[in-house]
Amino acid sequence: MKPRTYMMQGNVAVAEGAIDAGCRFFAGYPITPSSEIGETLSKRLPEIGGKFIQMEDEISAMGAVIGASLGGVKSLTATSGPGFSLKQENIGYASITEVPVVIVNVMRGGPSTGLPTLPSQSDVMQARWGTHGDHPIIVLTPATVRETYDMTIQAFNMSEKYRVPVILLMDEIIGHVYEKVTLPNIDELTIINRKKPTCSAQEYLPYIADETLIPPMANFGEGYRYHVTGLVHDETGFPTNKTDQIEVMLNRLNSKLDKYSDEIIQYEDTFTEDAKIGIVTYGSSARSSKNAMRKAREQGIPVGMIRIQTLWPFPTERIYEFGRQVSHIIVPELNLGQIAHEVEHAVKGAAEVVPVNKINGDPIHPEEVLLKIKECI
Amino acid sequence: MDYLQYLRLDKFPHIWCAGCGDGIALKAILRAVHNIGWEKDNIAMVSGIGCSSRTPGYVDFNTLHTTHGRAIPFATGLKMARPEMNVIVVSGDGDATAIGGNHLIHAARRNIDLTVLIYNNHIYGMTGGQVSPETPMGDFATTAPYGAMENNFDISGLTIAAGASFVARCTVYHANLLGKLIEKALSKKGFSLVEVMSPCPTAYGKINKKGTGNEMILNQKQLAVRVERAKTMSPEELKNKIIIGTIIDRELPEYVNTYEKIISQAQRR
Ligand SMILES: Cc1ncc(C[n+]2csc(CCOP(=O)(O)OP(=O)(O)O)c2C)c(N)n1
Ligand code: SF4
Repeated sequence: MKPRTYMMQGNVAVAEGAIDAGCRFFAGYPITPSSEIGETLSKRLPEIGGKFIQMEDEISAMGAVIGASLGGVKSLTATSGPGFSLKQENIGYASITEVPVVIVNVMRGGPSTGLPTLPSQSDVMQARWGTHGDHPIIVLTPATVRETYDMTIQAFNMSEKYRVPVILLMDEIIGHVYEKVTLPNIDELTIINRKKPTCSAQEYLPYIADETLIPPMANFGEGYRYHVTGLVHDETGFPTNKTDQIEVMLNRLNSKLDKYSDEIIQYEDTFTEDAKIGIVTYGSSARSSKNAMRKAREQGIPVGMIRIQTLWPFPTERIYEFGRQVSHIIVPELNLGQIAHEVEHAVKGAAEVVPVNKINGDPIHPEEVLLKIKECI
Repeated sequence: MDYLQYLRLDKFPHIWCAGCGDGIALKAILRAVHNIGWEKDNIAMVSGIGCSSRTPGYVDFNTLHTTHGRAIPFATGLKMARPEMNVIVVSGDGDATAIGGNHLIHAARRNIDLTVLIYNNHIYGMTGGQVSPETPMGDFATTAPYGAMENNFDISGLTIAAGASFVARCTVYHANLLGKLIEKALSKKGFSLVEVMSPCPTAYGKINKKGTGNEMILNQKQLAVRVERAKTMSPEELKNKIIIGTIIDRELPEYVNTYEKIISQAQRR
């Protein structure tokens, strides 16, 4: 097989990653800076027997991907800030019904229509808590085009394995940057598909789980006729008002990811072994931070960095350890401190948390991080 | 016919009030499904939120009770993923024409092969009787204490203009005709819609002094005019009447089918 090397944009890497993960349905509504994902898939999906639909809005796009996934087809939707707000109710639906779906949000500046063409990382908390009610969710955030491809595949794998909506949270820079990438051969990829029931249709209880906490999922139309509702339901899938059943269901739902936190939570350590000053960051802000860290190291300042790849569930334990190692943790991000708060919470006062925030549409420059590093000496 | 084979008997008693029309509509759907002879495994029933939208819980199909107003988008995704499945949407007038109005017209425009049944009871039943886009002007609702001030949607006119293949209307009083119309709608390749006039004695009837459920159903008999006869009547004569029957039945390209052709084209290149 010839190597698959391309100059590729982050948004196109999402589309290609989705296809390689087995995604065969996309529903979306155009919005900058995510539109290239839908544009690419509108051409690519029919070539491989998949389907694309431009819906009338983001609410319906979110509904359509859940419907298609229930039909057994891996499904993707992509959007940006305003559209992400519209999707929230149905993201909660996917969460409570445990239907695997992947949602991409290429973040732009907000609130409201905000800054359509400029980068931002201000939807970090919305990605975690945007839909109402306590609910499980996984949020991954890439920093390069190649990683965007890999993480899209991971997002599908995780959503299929844990039956949970997975959000790929990118920022405009990662969505639009072109980088040279060499993609792995398809046969080298690990692809996970949802676990199907092995029992007979008569015995099938759609929401009963064994010790894995993840119930097997029957697709509609395959002989297991069952009920799916966004109401709190019991193991049979039908609504319940009984407090003991509600408790069982919501406890399993909200704790199922804890069991797998080791495989879900990912971060990348750079120069952390001997670090006295720390940086914790993610996405495009990690690119400028890395540059700043190199410059600081050249000047003999022992800086180390943790780049968060899984934003939610948050790598609390690792950040806690890091906080006990370093004097300061600098947190560069394109918002007013959404992850800095989380870092603060994780380090429990062991290190001083120093936010570097920017919301004017300009990315964080290495010099700005370097300046903060020097202030921390 | 044996209705019970299509029902989830352990889910009864149902939530509907005595005199509610929704149960009569359910029987009509089951007759239609039975006459066509569809396998239960191959049927999906999708709904939004409301009294009417509780219907899927009682039928032994693949059933999907979604979010308020969004049944059609979920059904659209499911139909595209599984074109061989027969997808039926059940919705209330609020669900389908207020919060879900945009999806209704776009699904009709695409002419996607879904059958949408809108149970029109002129009110928000489940939430206790608030005004709906289908509350007749001047009628009362908990949020229209001075009488409804807004015009109604003409559901059939709206969906015909949007591009639906098949549109019909019927009352639950005319239960036999209702079953036949639903059967035609289900059999139609393309977007099909039946507006089911279903009385809500509890949330609409009481506040508007329309009598019991029975009286409301009998009143439908007085108001109903067959499509064929309606054509010979003047707009004044038709005021406040319910026109029942097939309003449009036409052949138009169906969306999923068109998409499958696009796929073969794209794969040939
Ligand atoms: C987003 C959202 N808004 C509001 C509600 C509350 N709600 C539930 S049912 C309903 C109206 C139901 O009326 P209709 O669709 O006409 O159905 P019916 O109960 O009359 O059959 C409303 C407003 C909701 N569930 N979700
Ligand atoms: S409130 Fe109205 S629509 Fe709802 S079940 Fe009762 S009669 Fe039917």
